[in-house]
Amino acid sequence: MSQGRSIPVALVEEGQRMASICNACRYCEGFCAVFPAVERRLTFAEGDLAYLANLCHDCGSCYYACQYAPPHEFQVNFPKMLADIRMETYRKYAWPGALDAAFARNAIVVSLITAASLALLLCTMFLLIDPTVLFAAHADSAGAFYAVISHRTMAWTFGLVFLLVVAALAAGFVRFWRDTEENAGALFSPGPLGHSVSDVLQLRYLAGGGDGCTYPDETPSHARRGFHHITFYGFMLCFAATCVATIYHYGFGWEAPYAFSSLPVLLGTAGGMGLLIGPAGLLWLKAKRDPVLTGTKQNGMDAGFLTLLWLSGASGLLLLALRESSAMGILLGIHLAIIMALFVTLPYGKFVHAVYRFAALLRFHLERERAVPEISPE
Amino acid sequence: MDAARTYDVLVLGGGNAALCAAIEAAQAGRSVLVLEAAPKHFRGGNSRHTRNLRCMHDAPADVLSDAYPEDEYWQDLVKVTGGQTNEPLARMTIRHTATCREWMSRHGVRFQPPLGGTLQLARTNAFFLGGGKALINAYYRTAERLGVEIAYDTEVADLNICDGEFTSAVVMHQGAQHEIGAKTVVAAAGGFESNLAWLRKAWGPAADNFLIRGTPYNMGRVLKVLLDRGAKSVGDPAQGHYVAIDARSPKFDGGICTRVDCVSLGIVVNRDAQRFDDEGLDFWPKRYAIWGRLVAAQPDQIAYSIIDAKAMGQFIPPMFPPIKAGSISELASALALDPAILESTVMQFNRAVGPGSFDHTRLDDCATAGLSPPKSHWARPLDTPPFFAYPLRPGITFTYLGVAVNERAQMLWQDDTAASNIFAAGEIMAGNVLGKGYIAGIGMAIGTAFGRLAGKEAARHVAG
Repeated sequence: MSQGRSIPVALVEEGQRMASICNACRYCEGFCAVFPAVERRLTFAEGDLAYLANLCHDCGSCYYACQYAPPHEFQVNFPKMLADIRMETYRKYAWPGALDAAFARNAIVVSLITAASLALLLCTMFLLIDPTVLFAAHADSAGAFYAVISHRTMAWTFGLVFLLVVAALAAGFVRFWRDTEENAGALFSPGPLGHSVSDVLQLRYLAGGGDGCTYPDETPSHARRGFHHITFYGFMLCFAATCVATIYHYGFGWEAPYAFSSLPVLLGTAGGMGLLIGPAGLLWLKAKRDPVLTGTKQNGMDAGFLTLLWLSGASGLLLLALRESSAMGILLGIHLAIIMALFVTLPYGKFVHAVYRFAALLRFHLERERAVPEISPE
Repeated sequence: MDAARTYDVLVLGGGNAALCAAIEAAQAGRSVLVLEAAPKHFRGGNSRHTRNLRCMHDAPADVLSDAYPEDEYWQDLVKVTGGQTNEPLARMTIRHTATCREWMSRHGVRFQPPLGGTLQLARTNAFFLGGGKALINAYYRTAERLGVEIAYDTEVADLNICDGEFTSAVVMHQGAQHEIGAKTVVAAAGGFESNLAWLRKAWGPAADNFLIRGTPYNMGRVLKVLLDRGAKSVGDPAQGHYVAIDARSPKFDGGICTRVDCVSLGIVVNRDAQRFDDEGLDFWPKRYAIWGRLVAAQPDQIAYSIIDAKAMGQFIPPMFPPIKAGSISELASALALDPAILESTVMQFNRAVGPGSFDHTRLDDCATAGLSPPKSHWARPLDTPPFFAYPLRPGITFTYLGVAVNERAQMLWQDDTAASNIFAAGEIMAGNVLGKGYIAGIGMAIGTAFGRLAGKEAARHVAG
């Protein structure tokens, strides 16, 4: 597996310059994992900066606390620089490498894929499905969805795409890990693995050292952490709903749609609500964010992914609400097309942050098990 | 800022002491205006660059280990000041540090365990999460919430004082002059370390080679006006906190990351490639404030800290990369020193190094024999290339010349009477407690104790 294009030299040099200042200052050490990781190093190679960039949760606390932030002549905007490098790592580690271009204009790419997915699916439905079936009001009985699109078609298409997506994300992880120069066996160290999972589940480093992160402005707040939790757990609940439904289908031969009080529908409803509230909240905060900390490229990418998540939740809930009406067929098509667009763009959009953030946290906890070379009292 | 009204409390300055005063006065229900000379981005004076508070405590407490009782704190202060301290005021400050962390936390300040490389301060100093600028931001948020008015880019030009009573301040804001009336004033505008002309008067031409580690806005204007009007002064204009910092640092505002921490791991030579002091007399934390003065006394106020490859990685990496060379003579050329003399200085040093087992975490037994000046600890021959050098200059943190105050933070006149409605806090009166020398975290201790006191006393004066 070949490596992607390197991070631009000017950006790496800027990262080295700022990291050296942070390493000499150290005031921000208590905010998050990034600064203790900086302090373990004397120099900062490209791979070190890629690691630090993905360890950074972009909370902004260090920027507002920085005595060297612009207009100071040192011009230290550490989180913005890390965000720029992070975007480059998404591109660098993308697999297959030819698709790295998706990160250059991510909002447009995500929009076009969504539009294409909708167009393709709806046209296919109109062409292949008898209108009387498509626009029929369906009794809420087992197998109603599959009268429109067969289960076999759904399972095969989504199963295949899912496998490709997992392969692409795994390849990205491997590329990131290779750059860290940690060995592959270290991935399975139970201690660091446990700490990393716990950090992710709690979003520990969006707590800004206790009071919350300085997002969207310099006042510490837990708003972003809260909305991210709602988004993350909403996504996971939807995923759980799909898994339970798969077990029902193959294990027990029970066909969807399921009753409103059934486990898949309860999980999916809760998850769908999460995907309505969480991404909307994150988009709202993002719109208000201090512009000195945001990169335009990243804004488009974030907005694309969050919008798709919101649409997934919205279309899913709408389908649930209207599944006995004559709109069900079309709504099912729309929902599946959006989920397909979400799936296809997972490895080429904002979702990858989850993969690299987790990998970076894992490396952080592995490093922490090794002693730091002792330094003289300052 | 409203020139038509009379404020209860006018605070001159916008750093830690000023905001502590403003918050206390506002909490007592007074109208408060803070005049900060700097623009918003650079607000906070030298407090922006601080990082901890020296705290007395009798038992382990949150981020502090062990105990640091009042008397030990007091003895540490006596040691560094050589007795140039006012005991009642010093003890008041020390006692205040035992309890003020709770007040600080309530107003948004957060603490963290000692930073990497500062374990030796774990017992005595509570570090601010995010450093001094985070503390300042928290205090500004609190002050704004309490209704304190803040005027940035507003410089005090003069003070109107009639029969020992403050009546108003003349200020410059956006090129226009305004007169602001107030019932009381808190002078918390720092020292004069950014005023190059004043430094030159105190130090002579050597001052031209000093770097100012902190804010460029501490011009000492308020201090000068008060002294001219008959305030009793404390401290010597040439006294201050001087540190040897990287000569490549900017003239102003370089702050903490311009420091160079490898002096005790190698040798230091001057412009003539000669050593001039014992680099290993004591731990660096106890010596860094001495080296500023040592370098200031050298020709052209320049020196070079030289180490070899053995020392790399054993100190906090400075922000500027070292000057690197494969041999001592190449290093001399890179530093524009005489190669022959530097080689001979290093050779003499290397020959004088006796046997011993190097351990930079304790006062080890690696010393020179028969060398002048000696190196008492951590002496290892400079024999492993590559060799590295960091150029050093005196970096001034703050000055100690100030106005005398009493135990109510009231400023004193030359006849030792107290000014009824003029209070002083922070660097502008720090010389009362710290007449000489330095111990880490004492500046913030003085600023917090006297800032809060001045705010409360000013509020009480308004109540009558």
